[in-house]
Formats: sequence, structure tokens, C-alpha cells
Amino acid sequence: MAEPRPEATRHGAGRVLIAVYAVFALAASARAGYQLATHFSAAPLAYLLSALAAVVYVVATAALATATPASRRVAWAAVGVELVGVLAVGALSVLDAEDLPDETVWSGFGAGYGYVPLVLPLLGLAWLHRTRPRR
Amino acid sequence: MITWLAWATGLLSLAVGVAALVATVRGRRIDDVQLLGSAVLELALLVQGAVGVALLVRTERPVDGVLFASYLLTSVLVVPLGAFWAVGERSRWGTGVLAVAALTTGALVLRLEQIWRTGG
Repeated sequence: MAEPRPEATRHGAGRVLIAVYAVFALAASARAGYQLATHFSAAPLAYLLSALAAVVYVVATAALATATPASRRVAWAAVGVELVGVLAVGALSVLDAEDLPDETVWSGFGAGYGYVPLVLPLLGLAWLHRTRPRR
Repeated sequence: MITWLAWATGLLSLAVGVAALVATVRGRRIDDVQLLGSAVLELALLVQGAVGVALLVRTERPVDGVLFASYLLTSVLVVPLGAFWAVGERSRWGTGVLAVAALTTGALVLRLEQIWRTGG
């Protein structure tokens, strides 16, 4: 196999990974936008976490799809934050449901989305590792 | 929502998605049949979108209009955007992108029907 170049990030299986990221960027943005616009005061913490999730997915999608050395570093950071986010919000939603009265994409470790939000960052990190440039 | 139309587009999404998934597993690149299937699916979604807007304007039931309209809009955008992203990849993974787009659309149709039935 030839040495992976940065562009490898957006080809092959990465194509599908980025498509799934785009779906979640859209889903999380729409959800956060709707929550913030219609009833922000009802559950500010949950809606701010929703907005954070949306930003993380949008940045990760764009960074993976751009596939330059610089954007790959952004992707590492975004996918890392995503993993921490889904674990932290998932744990919080299970342990202390009262602080999160309304759902976010990451609530229950992404149970509302078939646990895809839990698996996605692991696949993202694995893909970034696999397509890393080698010297 | 017209129930049979939602069922038809939902099942069509599932069929196109599963066919693309099988083709991905078998290592097939995107072919004309898959693109035609996606085009037919998009046509059905556009019809459903138009019908959905007409129903939303006329209904007297309390349906969350912003939520319903945003799902309708998304439902007609996913397949074209997915196809655009898919054709740039000349391997089985292009077909995989079509599968993601079609199955996502199926989930959206399910949600649309649910929002229409329950109001939000």
C-alpha cells in the first residue's frame, strides 16, 4: 500500500464516515437551533450542550472533508472533544437526569440515535490514525 | 401527512438504502441503476414535500409548523447532497454514501409522520 497522504482522509471509507458526520452535523444543528429559538429558558444547560455538539460535528465534518495537514489537526481535536462530550453528557444524563431535563444528541450516550454518536468518534479517531502521513 | 405516501417514500428509502448497502458490501461502484433509484426516491420526496407544505398550510390541527417544515426541507436535500458527495468517489465507498443518504431519508420520513400525528 502506498503511503497515505492527507487527501486520503476524504477518500475510501472516509467518504462514508464524512457522510455520517455530515448527517449528524445537520441533525445536531437543526435540533440546537430549534431548541435555542423556541424554548431556550426551559433548559439552558441542555440547549447549550446541544449547541456545543452541533459545533463539534460541523467542525469535524469540515475538517475531515478538507483533508489537509492543518485540517487533520483540527479534526483530531474536534473528534477528541466529541468523544469526551458523548461520554460526559451520556454519564451526566444517566446519573443526574434533573440537570438535563431535555434531550441532547449525546443524552444517554446517543441512545436516541441508535448509539451512533458513541461509535462515531471511535471510528473517526481510528480513521485519522489509519490515514496519518508516514515518514 | 397522507399515510400511504409516507409509507411509500419510507419503504422506497429503505429499499434504495438496503440495495446500496448490499452493493457496498459486494464491492460495487455506483452504477446507473443505483443513480436511477436515488432519482426516483428524490422525486417521491419532492412530491411528499409539496403535499406536506399544502397540508401544513391548510391544517387546523396544532402541528409544530417550524419543526415539520424543517424536516420537510431536510428530507428533500439529503439525497441530492449525498449523490453529489458519492459520485466523487470511484470505489465501493461512493455506493456506501448513497446508502447513508437513503437510510437517513427513511429516518426523516419516519419522524415527519410522527410529528404530523402527534403535533410535535
